[in-house]
Amino acid sequence: MIYLELFLVFLKIGAVSFGGGYGMIALVREEVLARGWMDEERFLNFIAVSESTPGPLAVNMATFVGAEQGGFWGSALATLGVVLPSFLLILLIACLLKNLLRYHAVQAFLGGVRPAVVGLVLATAVGMMGDVFLSAADGGAHAFDFRAAILFALLLLAALGYRKVFGKKISPILLILFSAGLGILFYGVG
Amino acid sequence: MSRGRQLISLFLTMMKIGLFSFGGGYAMLALVETELVSKKRWIGKEEFLDMVAISESTPGPLAINSATYIGYRLAGVIGALTATAAVVLPSFTILFAISFFFDAFLSFSYVAYAFQGIRVCVVFLILSAGFGMLKSVRRHPLELTILGATFLGMLLTSLFAVDFSSIFYILIGGAAGLFVFLLFRIKRGKGGTET
Repeated sequence: MIYLELFLVFLKIGAVSFGGGYGMIALVREEVLARGWMDEERFLNFIAVSESTPGPLAVNMATFVGAEQGGFWGSALATLGVVLPSFLLILLIACLLKNLLRYHAVQAFLGGVRPAVVGLVLATAVGMMGDVFLSAADGGAHAFDFRAAILFALLLLAALGYRKVFGKKISPILLILFSAGLGILFYGVG
Repeated sequence: MSRGRQLISLFLTMMKIGLFSFGGGYAMLALVETELVSKKRWIGKEEFLDMVAISESTPGPLAINSATYIGYRLAGVIGALTATAAVVLPSFTILFAISFFFDAFLSFSYVAYAFQGIRVCVVFLILSAGFGMLKSVRRHPLELTILGATFLGMLLTSLFAVDFSSIFYILIGGAAGLFVFLLFRIKRGKGGTET
């Protein structure tokens, strides 16, 4: 039953989404790709949409996938699922276990989780680079997409240049807009 | 302030945070601080930092975690429910609406071209987020081993299409941290004063 599946999958994602933001991206990607709820291309499109709309990625993803797979109730249940674990845990900490995080054993556990999450994010990014740079050419064989590589280099330059000039990190939305322009220029005109 | 008024105020403030928390995570930290600490004075600066630390160490997005925490502190379980629902509501509504138009929007050819560029950008964003997170990892043999093993393991399993959920890496990492901690404790207990 799709409602139950949506709820449980996003409950699982909510329960282990340490590291916030992109920390949960490996797991969400795995789950939605494996279930055929999205393909890689759509997944990347969606992350851009999620970055350009308010709200955390995990919640946005739950709402969107839920709506596509199960309409309003699918959407509501997936969102409930992703929020529920942290809601209960924070409630527990706030009312009972104020000192939970001060235990050395808990800190030791989290100390091991953190580098694992970083490893997952980096590995996911490298895997995605493969997908983006090796576009499926006409014959279905993979060909190196030079335009994507040049685009990537330009984005890197833009991000570094922005930091140099303004002294702070470029906002993701600005970078997404820039890449949209480059995409039209490279793929639409070229 | 009556309880009803306080709940309404809590709901509206959290909805505002939910509506303007673009970019997620740390991008909304400044907004939360302005609203809750400077404007509403619901919690002090110190408790705010505690709350951030708790949010970082528990699963779930920062916005949700801090809403639950503040809601509970102000008005108990009802407050936690109110605040959490309020912070989720804006993005829920927006994304639900977008789900109807997304594919139609993408079928415009120039939009599709734009998204070809945007996909490269998203990968760039994730990669730079990963590099940013590297800074939070201590230069400690255990943590570096976990990081390297997870990175390689994840790459290899996806390359050879082995089914191995990333949950396991997270749990193994945590277990390794715990194991080494207990090992040192036992060793110290037996050997007396070691380091």
